[in-house]
Amino acid sequence: MQITVNGETVEYDGDADMPLLWYLREDAKLKGTKFGCGAGLCGACTVHIDGKATRSCVTPMSVAEGTEIKTIEALAEGDKLHPVQQAWIEEDVAQCGYCQAGQIMAVVDLLERIPNPTDEEIDANLTNICRCGTYYRLRKAVHRAAELSDTGWFS
Amino acid sequence: MNAPDMKLSRRSLLSYSAIAGALVITTPLVSCGRPQEEAVVSKPKGEPVSAGPFVAIRPDESVVIGFPNPEMGQGVDTALAMLVAEELGVDFERVEVQQMPLGLMIGDDGNITWKNLPQGSGGSTSITGNWEPLRQAGALARMLLVEAAARQWEVSADELTAENGVVTHAASQRSASFGELAKLAGDVELGDVEPDLISKENFRIIGTPQKMKNARAIVTGTPLYGIDAEIPGMLHAVVARCPYFDGTARSVDESAARAIGGVRDVIKIDRPDLGAPYDVQAEGYAVVADSLWAAIKGRDALKIQWDTGAFSGESSASFKAHCEDLLKGKGQIVRNDGDFDTAMDAADKTYEANYWQPYVSHAPLEPQNAIVDVRADTVHIIAPTQMPSGANRIVAGVLEIEDRLSISVEPTRLGGGFGRRLSNDYVAEAALISKSVGAPVKVQWTRDDDLRHDFFRPSGMHQLRAGFDAEGNLTGWTQRLASASKYYRRPNMPETEYWKAELYPDNFPGNLVDNYRVEYFSAKSGAPRGSWRAPAHTANAFVVESFLDEIAELRGEDPLALRLRILGEDRELPYEQHGGPIFNPGRLAGVLKLAAEKGGYGEKMPEGQGRGIACHFTFGGYVAQVVDVAVDEQGGLRVLKVVGAIDIGQVVNPNGVEAQHEGGINDGLSTALRLAIDIEGGRVTNENFDSYDLMKIADAPPIIESHIVQNDYPPAGMGEMGLPPLAPALANAIFQATGKRIRDLPIGDQLA
Repeated sequence: MQITVNGETVEYDGDADMPLLWYLREDAKLKGTKFGCGAGLCGACTVHIDGKATRSCVTPMSVAEGTEIKTIEALAEGDKLHPVQQAWIEEDVAQCGYCQAGQIMAVVDLLERIPNPTDEEIDANLTNICRCGTYYRLRKAVHRAAELSDTGWFS
Repeated sequence: MNAPDMKLSRRSLLSYSAIAGALVITTPLVSCGRPQEEAVVSKPKGEPVSAGPFVAIRPDESVVIGFPNPEMGQGVDTALAMLVAEELGVDFERVEVQQMPLGLMIGDDGNITWKNLPQGSGGSTSITGNWEPLRQAGALARMLLVEAAARQWEVSADELTAENGVVTHAASQRSASFGELAKLAGDVELGDVEPDLISKENFRIIGTPQKMKNARAIVTGTPLYGIDAEIPGMLHAVVARCPYFDGTARSVDESAARAIGGVRDVIKIDRPDLGAPYDVQAEGYAVVADSLWAAIKGRDALKIQWDTGAFSGESSASFKAHCEDLLKGKGQIVRNDGDFDTAMDAADKTYEANYWQPYVSHAPLEPQNAIVDVRADTVHIIAPTQMPSGANRIVAGVLEIEDRLSISVEPTRLGGGFGRRLSNDYVAEAALISKSVGAPVKVQWTRDDDLRHDFFRPSGMHQLRAGFDAEGNLTGWTQRLASASKYYRRPNMPETEYWKAELYPDNFPGNLVDNYRVEYFSAKSGAPRGSWRAPAHTANAFVVESFLDEIAELRGEDPLALRLRILGEDRELPYEQHGGPIFNPGRLAGVLKLAAEKGGYGEKMPEGQGRGIACHFTFGGYVAQVVDVAVDEQGGLRVLKVVGAIDIGQVVNPNGVEAQHEGGINDGLSTALRLAIDIEGGRVTNENFDSYDLMKIADAPPIIESHIVQNDYPPAGMGEMGLPPLAPALANAIFQATGKRIRDLPIGDQLA
């Protein structure tokens, strides 16, 4: 089967039941996407599949076949960070940092759907777990990212 | 620029040299096994990582500062580097940071000791332990650079200044950068001098808010964690562990597992002897494979019959009943001031309440993992561990290796710790498997492994009683606790010592009430137990601060006023437990008053809302919090705001202190809302985050304020202090909103 990862189309002839997460981390060596629960509950493994935030730990390769996958490693354009990444640095969100790649991928998708989310919309749409409890800064960073995107920061 | 309290001479701590043209402040080298460039975990290139540099200044002007204690989100990579950078005199923006590998050596007495400094992360000690030595390391580097310039220009070092990475001789208008001076500085011989340390009023970095050094690496997905590491030739192992406490395997059918492509071997791991100190936690079978996926599938294919062990009758309900039964009897009196019984007989009013704490799990988001490479004469470990020396010790133990210096440890960044990774059982597993298969092995735990085989925060029932005289003075106080102690599998420790992990008798209101008795009942449980962020402070803060509120309510007194009159003014009381030797009740009163003022404590709240307050002294730090809640008619709870006041003396990184305060609040809230480990039939039944429901953003307070007290007390840490006051402040707020008193945790559906 073929999948496209960060713009590069690759062949995969392994187990079709294997979660995409393990392909990304173990085969493609893209370590930014994290393993947290293996059951789609924590969101540490969030990547974009055809532009939509998806939990790769419960996405078998058979489902990923033929799709375009984007991981945290491809979010910035060269040295230029995505506004969500930039906002994360400005608000100094991360503590241990382990969940943050998944959080960022989820927020990028959220802002594409809802460019200026209210707190209620953030609550309803962000279900990724941060065990360090960085939610206070994370919420501020979502609003900041919306601001950065809105002002054409990334154009 | 005086150093009044210099405890370590430069000679005892530091050495320095020029390595590849760079000035490197380090300690005497010992063998640290093979170089570690093989790991995927990224490091600044070309650094002699096995040398463990505190400071490396390279000709290209880059400055690398090594931090000794593992980084798990508590911000030591930044805060510890600030200590060095302050004394060194460099722009902190230019500083790169790097985790130091474990440094051990054989001391003069022939015993193993630290090569550099203690390197564990636990007990909020990283700042207090490194406050002087890391500043000395930076100061020594500065002295060497200044001396190098003095010799080059043939002037006295006294005429030179070092600032922002440049040494200047004002009189002759000459200057040279640290990078230009680095090689020369490495060759300077200073003799036995001690560096002066910068005094507080001249700090330029310490006390200023600094952002986390690894923020960019994190947001771009750079490999940093143990789980990201790989070494060539590494095999993968996933272990099927006995789910029953102290259970064993009765039979196993490995055939289906071995038939899976990529599976190399199935290896039995024996349970530690009953009652003996643990190395691995549980009996199990490791499936070793070429890939992680093959190992996972192999484990799924194992058919194992487990013997359920001696604790198969234990459940959450049976353990709670056991604790309640114990409290009906007489326990071990561990503190007995005055005459509590007589005081209670004479009291005008007496109060009593029981409180329950469940077992809870650490659940760091990065599941346990470790790479161990056992070779003929050396062992190399790469692991996310809070206690790298413990990884070294446990591997020496399970492999029966005498020369502990032949075992090198490369700690990675941790995807959360919270005390779980003070235990290195997962490293022991990887060592046993690597030795057995003769290849480097990475053990990977899954989430159910982690929830079942944690070292849980102890569960127990607290009973509190207090008496007041007719004038309203607190005259008697007792705390009785039945719990299974954190001291798990400690055969060399008498059971009469178990209380020390669960009760801190000098805690408020200890030493503030004449008739004071603390009593412990050691309950039996098969559940593995260990240190969980702020260990017993979480339970003790909850019960004491909830009980004080209950008393105030019954007395018709303001809860804040009651606390303040018991605490009284600034003075030094003895505090023998960790965080002492002094507890100053005036400082605790100070944060209470500050939090109350900033949080509007005592203002009238709208219908359905409540505002609660609580405080606690944790490991040398004083924190009080005011929590606002709204509870709707269906019992839906929302935390609207948390306002905290923090007194931890000298602050190193206020941004980091605020982050830890915010994280502690959310950890305390998450745990109080829904978290409990459920036991049935002698095993943990929680398997994943559906049944261990960590808080998400929707429940997190949208407003958190952190007010930091400025004073001249020496620094305390902040990794744990934000957590203990939250649960009682929350329960007190819920009472204000609803009239419902939370005595059992978690809150769960009690408000419905």
